[in-house]
Amino acid sequence: MVFFALLIACWATISKLGVWDSTLFPSPFQVVKTFWNGIADRSLLIATGASLRRLLLGYVISLVIGVPLGVLLARQKWADETIGLLVLGLQTLPSVCWLPLALLWFGLSDTAILFVVIMGAWLTITTAIRDGVRNVPPVYLRAARTMGTKPLSLYLEVLLPAALPSLLTGAKLGWSFAWRSLMAGELLFVSIGLGHQMTMGRELGDMSQVITVMGVIIALGLLTDRLIFAPFEDQIRERWGLTAK
Amino acid sequence: MAGISICGVSKKFTGRNDAVQALENATLEIADGEFVVLVGPSGCGKSTLLNIVAGLDVADTGQVYEGNKPVKEPGRSRSVVFQDGALFPWLTAQKNVEFGLKQMGLNRKERAERAAHYLQLVHLTKFRESFLHELSGGMRQRVAIARALAMEPEVLLMDEPFSALDAQTREDLYVSLQEVWERTRKTILFVTHNVREAVVLADKVVLMGIRPGRIQTVFPIRLARPRHAEDVDVAKVAHQISMGLKESLALTRNEEYDEGWQPEGSGLLRPADSVLGDNI
Repeated sequence: MVFFALLIACWATISKLGVWDSTLFPSPFQVVKTFWNGIADRSLLIATGASLRRLLLGYVISLVIGVPLGVLLARQKWADETIGLLVLGLQTLPSVCWLPLALLWFGLSDTAILFVVIMGAWLTITTAIRDGVRNVPPVYLRAARTMGTKPLSLYLEVLLPAALPSLLTGAKLGWSFAWRSLMAGELLFVSIGLGHQMTMGRELGDMSQVITVMGVIIALGLLTDRLIFAPFEDQIRERWGLTAK
Repeated sequence: MAGISICGVSKKFTGRNDAVQALENATLEIADGEFVVLVGPSGCGKSTLLNIVAGLDVADTGQVYEGNKPVKEPGRSRSVVFQDGALFPWLTAQKNVEFGLKQMGLNRKERAERAAHYLQLVHLTKFRESFLHELSGGMRQRVAIARALAMEPEVLLMDEPFSALDAQTREDLYVSLQEVWERTRKTILFVTHNVREAVVLADKVVLMGIRPGRIQTVFPIRLARPRHAEDVDVAKVAHQISMGLKESLALTRNEEYDEGWQPEGSGLLRPADSVLGDNI
């Protein structure tokens, strides 16, 4: 807390000194004012809502594709040698590279952005899950087999829980990749959303608008981490005995 | 109830450079309710044999029968206790014991009751809500035994279950295991490299030899129970078996180690503080 207060104090001092023009380097107060204006005329809320909707939809679809595929790649050699190689190759491609293709296929639409988000997230999720499932000690599976575990339960009650820590890592990575892809997509073409708000800020020479949006993105990222991922992580750490005492 | 018949079982493992005959023509009868311990140096195929009996590995030739049914795959009638327990770290002790029961299709209440009963048998009632990292190595192994027993199998297969534990804990578990066996009278096949452990536990010690892995000698043990590792009789019998083990070990050494290796060292015992002319 003290750290952040100091940081903001530094920022305020530098802008007070007037080294740079205030349109290029706004003070914290200007940013807070822009933020409130955005809330008051609802433009910021609408933009955030639109971005989050795309993000969540894209993310959920990525999870639905990525998790089963990751498990398949880890368990089936033939799949890993074919699809696995493809996934590895595609992963080297930054997701924005899909934007031209998406625009041609889906036009200037929400679907195009959604496509870019999904392309950014599912590959990462797949890879993380694949590695996690692969590292599950084989003795768990042997033990489960001696207890008469059927194939479906073997996946649902042994493999997935055993891979849960890496499953969570995959989910987190996927989330951040989805965000990146979303922003790249929204910055590059105009439709309602946080990226669009930033482009507007740049075009109108309104630096405080740009910084406000950046702040909102950071806040959303921190919030999801604290409220959604962190409790899961803590629970896993506690169960597996990974907490430092 | 059923015993186990192992009939002419062979198994070869093909490595990167060579093939190893892990097990050659092993034949052994285990009577119903008998406690049999396989003992031998590493590489004698004792774990391989146990895995084949469990149905986790498949023999190249030969067949294992449970009663008169041939063993083809893992089954609930043969529970395995693994070397490191192989318990699931995402479940509590109680849920670990319940895991197999759930696979059997028992309902929640039956599972809870049966798991509680077997946890009590290994004296872990107080720890049933604990996760694995909260338990000591010996407690974990006891949970693993409870998990195997809760399946109410005909046969209990134990693959070096105590080898990672300290001597004191092991001694406690010898007592617990003998007590559990006397109460339940399960057929037990137990694998270890520790001769003393074998003599403490077994009705019948099966000494295995190496290269190729094979059954060498069977020693019936007729000592009163409960036995303890420090009993004089146990030491005496263990010594006889160790002699047999040393012979087969000498063979391996010739094959595996560099020349000039002296297994016995020099035959003389010297005082530890003797100065052997180091100020000359």
